[in-house]
Amino acid sequence: MGAQAQPLDVLPEAEALHWRPRVDAARLRRVGALWTLTTVAHVVPFLGAAALLMVLQPLALPVAIACFAHAWIIPELYAQRGANVLRPRGRGADESERRSVGLLGDLVGHEARELHARTGLVLEPGRLGPWLVGEAGAVLLHGRRRKAFCYCIKVDGRALAATGGALPSGDRIAHLLLALRADEQGFATVANLSFSGARWRLRRRMPAAARSALDVAAFGLDHSSKRAC
Amino acid sequence: MSKLIRMDHTGHSTLAEWTAEEPDAVEAAVEAFRAELERGYLAIVSTGPGHAEQVRELPVDADLVILRLPICGG
Repeated sequence: MGAQAQPLDVLPEAEALHWRPRVDAARLRRVGALWTLTTVAHVVPFLGAAALLMVLQPLALPVAIACFAHAWIIPELYAQRGANVLRPRGRGADESERRSVGLLGDLVGHEARELHARTGLVLEPGRLGPWLVGEAGAVLLHGRRRKAFCYCIKVDGRALAATGGALPSGDRIAHLLLALRADEQGFATVANLSFSGARWRLRRRMPAAARSALDVAAFGLDHSSKRAC
Repeated sequence: MSKLIRMDHTGHSTLAEWTAEEPDAVEAAVEAFRAELERGYLAIVSTGPGHAEQVRELPVDADLVILRLPICGG
């Protein structure tokens, strides 16, 4: 105990995952490029097959359409998986919800508080880029093009069960937010990446409120309100 | 007045309040802090906008110490 209690630089949860390479900007670029390559590898063969079928045998139009559909739906399913990380989870009792949102409000600034009231998401600037933090996941917009990295991350269920049950929504976000602030790279290392890709691909799979939060994260409040108009 | 709070199913619970001039209150806060760490909680001190630090000992001079549960990939 003491007035100068020594802070820890690395998130304890990240320390426990010592085999995982720590996420940094270079790793994000590599992972992002790999996801892009994977998407291309899914789409191009189906488009190629559709085109080839039409050239060889126009009567194969239904099969070609099915190939086109596959080329469209596979990237959409990945983007949907990414959008799901920001989906709201169940609500607790009114009083606990109110208290948890009050605490969360104390941790963030006025604009972030207002954004949370509107969208259920908290915007947090980080060194790797702006983060949108939800109840069971977070989206990082990284790089000049603000590419989206969707992370699935939540309060450990075993620890939760051992200490008294489900948390209200504000606390779920506050847990993630505080861990992110303590060690951004560690936070990204602990989280599981569920999608990486162009922001527009993610945006169109999100509910309207979350889309607005994504716009604020990418462009700031002014641009977002222009888009909403 | 410094506060030790725990995020839990009630929203949050205040476990201890103290000032540096109250040794008994500080001692009680330290005991409550250690007991929660043994239960598996992790401690965080907010150090200004956008910044927080993990601590394993109670920083007596901090205004607010928050106890959180571990997180994991979903």
